[in-house]
Amino acid sequence: MEHSTHTHHAGAHDDHHHHEELGFWQKYIFSTDHKVIGIQYGITSLLFLLFGFSLMMVMRWQLAYPGSPIPLVGGLLEKIMGPLASGGVMSSDLYNMFGAMHGTIMVFLGIVPLAFAAFGNYVVPLQIGAPDMAFPRINMASYWVYFLGGVVMLVSFIIPGGPAQAGWTSYSPLASIIPTNGQLYWVIGMVFLITSSLLGAVNFLATIIQLRAPGMTWMRLPFFVWAQFVTGFLLLLAFPPLEAAALMQFMDKGLGTSFFLPTGLMVSGKMAAISGGGSPLLWQHLFWFLAHPEVYVLVLPAMGIVAEVITNNIRKPLWGYKALVYSVLTLGFLSFIVWAHHMYLTGMGTAISTFFQTTTIIISIPSVIILTVLFISLWGGSIRFNTQMLFCLAFLVMFGIGGLTGLPLGFSYADLFLHDTYYVIAHFHYLVAPGTIFALYAGIYYWFPKMTGRMMSDFWGKVHFWTSLIFMNLIFQPMFAQGMAGMLRRMYDGAVNYSAATAANAGVNGVLSEAIIYSNRTISMAAWMLALAQIPFIINVFWSIKNGRKAGSDNPWDSTTLEWQAPTPPPHGNFAVVPVVYRGPYEYSVPGHPRDFSPQNMPEPVSRKA
Amino acid sequence: MSNHTAQTAAASGGHAHGHGHGPEEVSKAVRKYLLVFAALLVGTIVTVLASYIDFGHPGINIGVALFIAIVKASLVAAYFMHLIDERKLIYGLLGATAFFFTGLMYFTLWSLEPGSFIHLKH
Amino acid sequence: MDIPYTTTPREDTGLYNAKVGIWLFLASEVMLFGALFSSYILLRVGAAPGTWPHGLLNVPLGTINTLVLICSSVTVVLGWASLKMNRFDRYRIYQTITVLCALLFLCIKSFEYRDKFNHYEIIKKDGTVVDGHLIEKTKDYYIIHPLPKATKKSMESEHPAAHSGAAAANEHATATAAGEHEATGEHAGGAEHVKIMVSDIERAQNYGPWHNTYLAIYFTLTGLHALHVLGGALVILYILVPGAKMWKTDPERYTNRIEISGLFWHFVDLVWIFLFPVLYLL
Repeated sequence: MEHSTHTHHAGAHDDHHHHEELGFWQKYIFSTDHKVIGIQYGITSLLFLLFGFSLMMVMRWQLAYPGSPIPLVGGLLEKIMGPLASGGVMSSDLYNMFGAMHGTIMVFLGIVPLAFAAFGNYVVPLQIGAPDMAFPRINMASYWVYFLGGVVMLVSFIIPGGPAQAGWTSYSPLASIIPTNGQLYWVIGMVFLITSSLLGAVNFLATIIQLRAPGMTWMRLPFFVWAQFVTGFLLLLAFPPLEAAALMQFMDKGLGTSFFLPTGLMVSGKMAAISGGGSPLLWQHLFWFLAHPEVYVLVLPAMGIVAEVITNNIRKPLWGYKALVYSVLTLGFLSFIVWAHHMYLTGMGTAISTFFQTTTIIISIPSVIILTVLFISLWGGSIRFNTQMLFCLAFLVMFGIGGLTGLPLGFSYADLFLHDTYYVIAHFHYLVAPGTIFALYAGIYYWFPKMTGRMMSDFWGKVHFWTSLIFMNLIFQPMFAQGMAGMLRRMYDGAVNYSAATAANAGVNGVLSEAIIYSNRTISMAAWMLALAQIPFIINVFWSIKNGRKAGSDNPWDSTTLEWQAPTPPPHGNFAVVPVVYRGPYEYSVPGHPRDFSPQNMPEPVSRKA
Repeated sequence: MSNHTAQTAAASGGHAHGHGHGPEEVSKAVRKYLLVFAALLVGTIVTVLASYIDFGHPGINIGVALFIAIVKASLVAAYFMHLIDERKLIYGLLGATAFFFTGLMYFTLWSLEPGSFIHLKH
Repeated sequence: MDIPYTTTPREDTGLYNAKVGIWLFLASEVMLFGALFSSYILLRVGAAPGTWPHGLLNVPLGTINTLVLICSSVTVVLGWASLKMNRFDRYRIYQTITVLCALLFLCIKSFEYRDKFNHYEIIKKDGTVVDGHLIEKTKDYYIIHPLPKATKKSMESEHPAAHSGAAAANEHATATAAGEHEATGEHAGGAEHVKIMVSDIERAQNYGPWHNTYLAIYFTLTGLHALHVLGGALVILYILVPGAKMWKTDPERYTNRIEISGLFWHFVDLVWIFLFPVLYLL
């Protein structure tokens, strides 16, 4: 790409490490430079996001027009998947496969690598004034292990029997009794991805702890770095139990153990030839012990980006920096002890449900504080409405909707009704789709000039923004109504079987209305329109690399944080000399200063204007 | 065993290192290592022997075994792994880890026995 | 700009980078093994009363392994101390012992594993059960050296075919402390070798992880641990042999590598300190 890692930096390099000019492979493919690795993560994860989105677009056809052949790709599907898509129609098994892989790919191959690894790798060392990550070779390893995990997941699509189909949650015993090998590939892929995240987490945490530039105290860190720091801890401590569980599920399927398979399990009317004695509940505990902190992994980097972009575009300091920091730390801590709110309906009992309900409601407090701080910061600001700012403002509202709609789910009593319905789908998609993904878009528009020296088109950015915003809401808003009407998740016929359209349901109380079923169509159309709305964005990104308006300076947004005080694009080693930090991260519009921002590494002016 | 900078005798010949340990300090530490080693050996024997004693309730056997294990583990961590010389940072990390590990264990168990805190069956 | 604090500790944390890294990694490993321990507890507590096996493992061998690992732990830290005192020769001796201890541990473990895989439980079509070590196996018959009744602990979860009364009654021995499974193949006063025709066999299964959940978690915990022993030993060996050049060029960084690999090694020992009583003794 456009990125340069040229190593001859006259006199500025430490002579101990004499670099020969690196060859193509070492510079761009097997690089240990955090910026290259960040871009590698970015490109790969964006491609996976596109792929995961495509899976859903095909599923949406089946939901809108159940049983009818899929246009455009139906033939291709039949060629690749065989009887699973005979006649170009999506079978129920294929629906489950696409559903499981959509979730897995979006979460583990898309959002986490993009939000944590891509943005984190590129920005964090620059923002703390470091020359690179603490362990550059481990950094490179973590990318390639991620890549391998992705390959395994993709390969599972073309093995006989197809990919995993027991949901992204892969519950036992279902996951172990499916006769095909898709689940095995899933488990192996997960082990690779978890390993990659662990390596990355160690790197991020060590880097932030050890490599902050002189003067960069903890409370002078940009909030993005704090967010990545907490995210690193979540990954470090929450992923290993899932790795253990994945190993055990692998053994259940591959070696015939019974970690998660109970005594007396019947499969297709016959007793399973297993030792029994296992516990399906154990899988759920181990899975959700990770998967709950995982959702905060999805969100915290986004909040970090939003804080950066908002502060930069209001030209005044962030209001409540300390509140933000303490909230994010509390959020991280609490996220470890709420997981069983995903398990209210397992028959755990009321005492433990009450405990988890309590912690779940409590955890909403730091989240609300974070959003409130960001909202209050807007007051009195001199707001610049560029594309990234629009995405961040929308984030605040969309994330707010997602978060608030989580409250009924947190209460075990209400969750009795809402569990596993479309309400849940709407809730979490509001948080991740017009939530996190919007923040990630903002990050791309914001940091693009630092990576390339050119600006993306603000006009097409705004087109991208408004269309995405509208279609996101058209997709997910009706799902709340569908869920409240009782429409369950993961139903490949779009719940027609439970609707008034099915003759056998005549006179049944609570049957799904025509309007609810018809919403499937409007949602699907909005989804396809959302896909079209991404086209200007994709073109914008690639076109602007060579043809965008030149940024004109290293710091076109007039930002205070350190990454903008580095050359564009930053060379290997980032800063010519070690930066020294004199002030906090958000010194905008300080009275008496000639400019409306004071970069963190700018020494105090000798004479100050009165 | 401290990691403070600018310590004494150049054990490794004139190289400016961050944590200098003079030979005398290290040899004092060696005595500590050997003491811990002896304690670990004794602890192992005691654990094995204690497992054959019938204390009545199986919970007591478990308690004894785990207690000795924790003592042994603490010795290894404190002296072999130099934890006793480290600063807050590592303690904080390990404390958090221990807390979450305990949480995982405890709550999974609790979910098995609705209405009770913990119930060991044999 | 070079990456700072690779060898020199940072003032406010008192640590160099690799030390922070290894402790972070060890924290994640605590969660990994912790999850497996939690699974063990949950499976055991959740098992129907009287079905959790005892005495399937060889305590003397396990004790020896514990002592071996403890030895290796002390030699690793003495090796580091020797380097600090500039005694490269002593360091070499200590680390060689460490690696040899690791090898011994793995050998004993393999022996234990092999023993389990050679221990068969055969349920015959008439409902009787033969449980013991495999002497010979062909496509027509098995020859088993049965274990004496007192040490046949196995009341695992029910097999479909074992529900005939005789078999169920036979296998209900759940004495705890007394029985020790003789891994050497000598059985105290058991019956002579028994030959069973394949045509009479309903189901033959060895004591692998599939046999019951206790063995499943045993193999998983000790297997994962053994992989860590192997990995750690390889790293220590690498630093000892091909990596030893660094002692000449950068002795402080070399010593730090010993410290880091030592920390990992101690962790491996720590896990075993818990594994041993939990799996072998309780």
